[in-house]
Amino acid sequence: MPRLGMVIDLKKCAACYACVAACKTEHATPPGVFWCRVVKHESGSFPAVRRIALPLGCMHCADPPCEKTCPTGATRKRGDGIVHVNYDECMGCRACMIACPYEARYFLAEIRPYYDGQGLTEYERIGYAANGYVEGTVTKCNFCMERVDAGKEPACVANCPGRARYFGDLDDPASEVSRLIRDKRGFQLHPEFGTNPSVYYLPA
Amino acid sequence: MAAAAEPVSGPTYADIDRGVRKIMEAPGFVYWVWVGFCFTLVAIAAALWTRQIYVGLGVTGLRQGPMWAMYITNFVFWVGIAHSGTLISAILYLFRTRWRTAVYRVAETMTLFAVLTAGLFPIIHVGRPWYAYWLLPYPNERSLQPDFRSPLVWDAFAVSTYLTISALFLVMGLIPDVANARDVAKGWRKTLYTILSLGWRGTDTQWQHWSMAYLLLAGLATPLVLSVHSVVSWDFAMAQLPGWHSTIFAPYFVAGAIFSGVAMVLTLLIPMRKIMHLEDLVTEWHIDNLAKVVLLTSLIVSYSYGVESFIVWYGKDPIEMMTFHERYFGPHGWVFWVCIFCNCIAPLPLFSPRVRRNTVVLFIITIFVNIGMWFERFMIIAVSQENNFNPSQWAIYHPSITEIMITVGSFAWFLGLFSLFARFMPIISMTELKEGIHWLREAVRDDYYPGLK
Repeated sequence: MPRLGMVIDLKKCAACYACVAACKTEHATPPGVFWCRVVKHESGSFPAVRRIALPLGCMHCADPPCEKTCPTGATRKRGDGIVHVNYDECMGCRACMIACPYEARYFLAEIRPYYDGQGLTEYERIGYAANGYVEGTVTKCNFCMERVDAGKEPACVANCPGRARYFGDLDDPASEVSRLIRDKRGFQLHPEFGTNPSVYYLPA
Repeated sequence: MAAAAEPVSGPTYADIDRGVRKIMEAPGFVYWVWVGFCFTLVAIAAALWTRQIYVGLGVTGLRQGPMWAMYITNFVFWVGIAHSGTLISAILYLFRTRWRTAVYRVAETMTLFAVLTAGLFPIIHVGRPWYAYWLLPYPNERSLQPDFRSPLVWDAFAVSTYLTISALFLVMGLIPDVANARDVAKGWRKTLYTILSLGWRGTDTQWQHWSMAYLLLAGLATPLVLSVHSVVSWDFAMAQLPGWHSTIFAPYFVAGAIFSGVAMVLTLLIPMRKIMHLEDLVTEWHIDNLAKVVLLTSLIVSYSYGVESFIVWYGKDPIEMMTFHERYFGPHGWVFWVCIFCNCIAPLPLFSPRVRRNTVVLFIITIFVNIGMWFERFMIIAVSQENNFNPSQWAIYHPSITEIMITVGSFAWFLGLFSLFARFMPIISMTELKEGIHWLREAVRDDYYPGLK
């Protein structure tokens, strides 16, 4: 069984937010929900200032704390390592949101329209129905399960103009992601959490 | 015998019966206004909850950072309040502590209603409350079980076990007293007491079985005093969140629970004693001993605050240091200082016996403790989440009117139920007071003061 993972090259990331937009388009996430997001950080003092963009999302941990803390088993890890939420089984206790140290999860308190006072647009209505969002449940990045199952890469990877994102099998030593992690000193975010994330970063 | 010939000073069996039966007489107008006021607040809270179910949790102040906030604060607070009941009725019973006799029924009643209040909050808290029963294992066609690795499932088991045991304990202990009330009651009360007294006639065999059952239940309930709030604390300690991920959480929560619980017993007992003129049954001696427990647990809680901060300082983990800095000096820093004042400083005057016997001052102190312990739960649960690992998701939590009114409603629900019970059930155990009548007689004598003699 493969272990699907992602490598994000921070040198190549231009902080253009194309991945955020692609994710929004692919999953039609309601307002306030960002499965994929980009955080910017400035360090140093003038003139030696640098700005780093850090794309964040679900880390699809090999040992996911959110899965262990879910009382109903709505959060599951598939055989290929994708951690996802089955909305039908989620009662909305938000224990997973507390457990996730990467803050990758979002609660659908209520599905609001994007344009206040105008109700849901046709696009939103179709998008929410197609993705099966349920009010009162927790959502998160699912590595574009439906695309992966169809043999494609996740939307954020396919849409990155700088080709900063790579997707592949971490268990296969010959795969591109494994090679990049090996050759370019790939690292995980906060390895001390002990969750063994499947998303690796290449140093900026 | 010479002792029998001496005139009895202090209360007799008849005095106890008369005192307790007087409380159970038909209540007056003011009482019904009070109960009506409580249940009006409950009705407002219920209406707001209905709206919350209809609209969704968007009506609360929950945001991306703080996702467990006021409802979980209330849950932990009320479970904590419930703890002194079992402490007083089970552990102190096994230790044969003398001063528990007059106060344990109040504590047990409070326990039951506090657990009932606490049990509502996980249901109010979840996004889809109609599925909250999924926390419990129940037979279903797909043989689905809750995930036993989840601290929430442990919690469901701990709290439901506690509810079962405390309800059984209360009903068991009530049997002889309810039978006593049955013998003089009329009308619907007679029917109610007849059912609850389970055919009690006070024979030797019945007393023997009852005492044994009571002892066994006390033994069963004793571990729960420590385990239930430990399990509740693991809801938090199992997460990696700074401010939660700490090994001291279990003892810290248990001490806080007993502290807040005993303070709540005093908060209820002092006005009740005054309004119903129970000074002869609930004496200064009883009050004084409860105040000592408050003082002791206050010192443990103060020590825990110190240790918690020390561990963080000694550990030097930057994220944890930042969380604690925000806890003390951040936008919600005042919550911490309220806790310090109410939980650590306000109970210190209890070192003086004069303060412990002054019910007005004692009442004010216990109100401070109740406020302080509620804010302690709020500080740990909500304020810690405001600063998590990811600065882009830091957020300040502001409770909405729905959350505030449901919180107020929970207090009203608790006080309303307690008030109903206090006037319709024997709120003071006649059986145990009679068993220990010589202690009571000693206590009502003016010169008797344990520890000062």
